[in-house]
Amino acid sequence: MTILLEANHAGKTFTTGGFFKRSEAYALRDFSLAIDDEKPIVTAIAGESGSGKTTLARLLLGVIAPSIGTVRYKGVDVHTMKRDQWREFRQDVQAIYQDPFEVYNPFYRVDHVLTTPVAKFKLARNAAEAQELIESTLNKVGLRPEETLGRYPHQLSGGQRQRIMIARALLLRPKIIIADEPVSMVDASLRATILESLLKLHEEFGISLIYITHDLTTAYQLCRDINILYRGAVVETGDVEQVIKQPQHPYTQLLVGSIPLPDPNRRWGDETVDQARRADVPDTGCLFADRCPWLMPACQNAPPPLYQTSPARATACYVYEDEAKATTKSEAEAVLSGEVS
Amino acid sequence: MNAPVLQVDSLHIHYQTLAGMVKAVNGVSFNLYKGERLGLVGESGSGKSTTALAIIRMLEGPARIIDGAINLSGTNLLALSDDEMRAVRFDRVSMVPQGAMNSLNPVMRIREQIRDIYEAHGKLPKRSELDGKIAHLLTRVGLKPEVAGMFPHELSGGMKQRVCIAMAIALQPQVILADEPTSALDVVVQRQVMETLGNVQQELGAAVILVGHDMGLMAQFVDRIGVMYAGRLVELASVEQIFKAPQHPYTQQLIGSIPNLEQKKLFKGIPGTAPSLLDPPSGCPFHPRCSEAFEPCTLDVPPLRETAPSCWVACHLYEKVVSHDHPA
Amino acid sequence: MATAQALTQPVTETRPRRRRINWLLVSGLIIMLALILFGVGGGMIIDKSYAQVGAFLPRMAPDAERLLGTDSQGRDVLSVLILSTPNTLLIGLIAGTVGVGVGVVLGLLSGFFGGIIDGVIRTVTDVFVTIPGIALLVVIATNVRSINVAIMALIVASLAWRFPARAIRAQTLSLRERGYVQIARLNGVGGLELVIKEVLPNLLPYIAASFVSTVSQSILATIGLEALGLGPQNEYTLGMMIYWAQFYGAILRGFWWWWMPPIVIIVLIFVGLLLTSSGLDDLVNTRLRRSV
Repeated sequence: MTILLEANHAGKTFTTGGFFKRSEAYALRDFSLAIDDEKPIVTAIAGESGSGKTTLARLLLGVIAPSIGTVRYKGVDVHTMKRDQWREFRQDVQAIYQDPFEVYNPFYRVDHVLTTPVAKFKLARNAAEAQELIESTLNKVGLRPEETLGRYPHQLSGGQRQRIMIARALLLRPKIIIADEPVSMVDASLRATILESLLKLHEEFGISLIYITHDLTTAYQLCRDINILYRGAVVETGDVEQVIKQPQHPYTQLLVGSIPLPDPNRRWGDETVDQARRADVPDTGCLFADRCPWLMPACQNAPPPLYQTSPARATACYVYEDEAKATTKSEAEAVLSGEVS
Repeated sequence: MNAPVLQVDSLHIHYQTLAGMVKAVNGVSFNLYKGERLGLVGESGSGKSTTALAIIRMLEGPARIIDGAINLSGTNLLALSDDEMRAVRFDRVSMVPQGAMNSLNPVMRIREQIRDIYEAHGKLPKRSELDGKIAHLLTRVGLKPEVAGMFPHELSGGMKQRVCIAMAIALQPQVILADEPTSALDVVVQRQVMETLGNVQQELGAAVILVGHDMGLMAQFVDRIGVMYAGRLVELASVEQIFKAPQHPYTQQLIGSIPNLEQKKLFKGIPGTAPSLLDPPSGCPFHPRCSEAFEPCTLDVPPLRETAPSCWVACHLYEKVVSHDHPA
Repeated sequence: MATAQALTQPVTETRPRRRRINWLLVSGLIIMLALILFGVGGGMIIDKSYAQVGAFLPRMAPDAERLLGTDSQGRDVLSVLILSTPNTLLIGLIAGTVGVGVGVVLGLLSGFFGGIIDGVIRTVTDVFVTIPGIALLVVIATNVRSINVAIMALIVASLAWRFPARAIRAQTLSLRERGYVQIARLNGVGGLELVIKEVLPNLLPYIAASFVSTVSQSILATIGLEALGLGPQNEYTLGMMIYWAQFYGAILRGFWWWWMPPIVIIVLIFVGLLLTSSGLDDLVNTRLRRSV
């Protein structure tokens, strides 16, 4: 059992401001995750804008360094790796991004994003092998090479471009793929096909998927586990069936309650959706305190830890303190990465 | 049914582009009744935004309205001069456009931008009354009156969108067009904004056309849905009917492809690709992707027919006609 | 059925239109081509001895044989003009190439790698930018013993890299954040290879625009220096023509054929370069529009 990608209480702050007024903003606080080589996961990281999910993606990919905690791959800190360790990390951990147009260099045909990794990571011995590898990978994501290769990005549809990106990620035979809102800029009718391709990557090739999104419905469709992020902190995490169907944290409840269900008979109720923010609540306690309908004195002192409320779920809310025994976050994550069913 | 407040009749809109003539809207007809919420649903390229922009005559450049009439309580909007239409815009028909929050002037306070609307229509209230009116408007959309003195960059996305709704209702129009008003907003804020829109609409007694592609949002908000494909209305029925028993094959696939929270791993897309608007398929534009296509589909464009009271479908599978061709 | 409205003209079915011809670029290039033909082609036809001192009687007004008359040294003005044009263009070209070449390298390195490299290059560039070009060039020129066309080009090039470096750096900073650069990194491309393969191709339109404007400015600088007398003494350039014309009092003496011909050619050069640069601008924008 090798631990592949591991985030250990990783966090990131950004300092803004000029000479006189420097302020620190927490983009991400204390996130932990461990992916085991033998137990591939399909996990969602769900949150609104400002929740820190993009920062998390960049931390996990090694694009930026954490301000606190560590991000390790196979036990080695990603930012102190030697060259060959980095190469292995780069090959094993890949990404798919949100915008299917921006990711293509308009100067080149789409083949460029496929031939480059084959060359750089020496995935084929000669040109013929490379061509065959690329074509078979395109087939695996449901594309026909004769319709896609040799074209410029603007000649293909958003769905095709995104699938080429999936093919690109697949070429390297990664162990982990981090997909940052892969379908939010794609037409509704094509989303299903792309999500299906992603799921296939997991089921057929054993690739772990980290699906970052704001759309809880597709997160539910695709993933087994889910982490709900709010203002950089994990507020609820666990089995997606439980978290979505029976949300415990008030923020999760707010999120789930705001989903527009495609059923005219189940409309949003009359209850007040969101509390007005309270002005006098400090940031030293729970981050949701200024909006929380269940505010208690304990909430303002320190942020609540993740309480294990059931074998496959944990919630960071003092309301559940008695109900469950408190565990540290990394324990909770270990549970959720599949060691306990 | 009361008399329609807006009647769109056989609208045809083409775009002249370098590659040729794009047939964006091909014979769209529908009625909008007082106080009702109509949803116009379709994917990109279906012509729904173009139709909405045509109603308020804010189409740009290469777009040309070839044929058709748009009747607002007896006035044909397409026959008005530019000046006359300017008087109508925001006074009788207003719009909350896509990305509306980006269309707020960044160097003007909210108060001045609302004031501009009054002034442009010659309805500027006295100095003493103006502040009161603006405060009242802002409260109606759920914002604090202090917002009037702020600049757009000081507000969040949802607040900016609500300012845009306030601006759209300032002159108490009969019809409000909302073109994907919540597309860039988070799901919690989206609900707030939609509920705000619904409240002000009900208070005003105005009719709303919501243009979008989020079927979930449609289910939550509208009374009737018009489904558009390749510039045509292929189905028009109550929201319950569309979700429970869709008739047009495209609508059926659309409903079937909506991800839901009932079942996992339900990935059903719509096979095939969107039709070219430069060179549309012959006959029914959906026939290349339709599993039920048969002989007449490649030859004739099916007209929009009423197959049951207030249920209109444009499909050769349904021959029964209840009333005459003019849509309800 | 309603009728088409008077305000919205009925659209007739048309064939797809061909691309609009870029008149700016075309006319600019035509002018430049004409000038090159005039200078280089003309230089091959004429008798070079006509442009030497004492070839004809001095200070003669234009007539049927000497179309532009002779100057104070007895040289045929038209021949001198024909021989001067390619030299001036050449100086502009060399200075432009060297200036843009150095500027691109500096701008790319500075913009892409940031950090100390950026700090150093940026400081040096900013310092040089603030120094008035002519002043510095005059100082350099007066201290160089003998000047020929090549040395002139280098003198002008010594400052021509400043603005291209800045412009390219700004553009690189923007391109660095693009999605395709991140994808290239995920594909294992790094460092210099990333800059050359991913960023540089997208800089080409800006480099081209920068090149034309640098050539323009270089020609202006060289004419400025030459008009002060700081140009190549033994080779023909347009600026030197102006210098000699002024030195020998052409204006006072009414000898318009000494100063007007070089000025006309200079104006044509700048008009040509301006049209080309505007045309290139248009070309870049059309390409961008179409690719979206």
